[in-house]
Amino acid sequence: MTNESLAAIEAPRSRPVRRRGVNVEKWGWLYMRFSGVLLVVLIFGHLLVNLFLGQGVSAIDFAFVAGKLADPFWIVWDTLLLWLALIHGANGMRTLTNDYARGRLRILILVLLAGATVTLLVLGTLVLTTFDPCIGTPTGALVEICN
Amino acid sequence: MSSHAARSGAATAPTRRGPTIRAPKRPAGTLYRGREGMWSWVLHRITGTAIFFFLLVHILDTSLVRLDPEAYNAVIGTYKTPIMGLGELALVAAIGLHALNGLRIILIDFSAWGVKHQRLMFWIAIALWILLMLGFAPRHLMHVFGGE
Repeated sequence: MTNESLAAIEAPRSRPVRRRGVNVEKWGWLYMRFSGVLLVVLIFGHLLVNLFLGQGVSAIDFAFVAGKLADPFWIVWDTLLLWLALIHGANGMRTLTNDYARGRLRILILVLLAGATVTLLVLGTLVLTTFDPCIGTPTGALVEICN
Repeated sequence: MSSHAARSGAATAPTRRGPTIRAPKRPAGTLYRGREGMWSWVLHRITGTAIFFFLLVHILDTSLVRLDPEAYNAVIGTYKTPIMGLGELALVAAIGLHALNGLRIILIDFSAWGVKHQRLMFWIAIALWILLMLGFAPRHLMHVFGGE
């Protein structure tokens, strides 16, 4: 083991060292469990509506998404899904990175992970909050709504 | 193997032959290693990683709804092909396993009885997962291969 390793594991039966500030690992641990329960509901609801009911995946197109996002219920649902799932996934990948990568590679992966996470959270939130069903040339049911 | 044992035995040169003790071919079993606990941990990491990388792609492809309906329809069209349809089946299988085992982990961590029954809960999760896939797979495959 090199001294750059996480160095957070105390010897067995030693008195744990109290550190000042927020215990990031504890809150990350708790976040995985609480977001996990919510994600079970949010993801199975998402899968039920998009992949199971109706014509399933074969019915998904722009009009299908526009129909869902016309309802604020699904905007809130998808925004919660985006934030809870992406942070849950990124925190999980952070755990794996800390387990399997060392040195500068570990730092590089963590930086890329944080960058991708922030970028996609901003992108996804902007898409959900500024969605416009009338871009392009409206087709089908969108023709009436947009004209 | 035997010649190696003979050589190392010659170094200490026992006067009487004692019983031969061989190193086990595999690590000895424990409550965890090679059992339900370890394999659920392995599956949780593999499924979690797979779901994470799908999520990255899925946020990007869905973001096309803000830019260009035709581009979105073209990309989502590839989700309806047979190969991607089977991929979606694998994705739902991974999500189902990760979700059910995740609930098992939560019960182990937060309930008074969870640790004692973690093995049983693993097999309950597997059983529920099989039921979930039996319910989802035929319908999804009809959506993908049904021709409409």
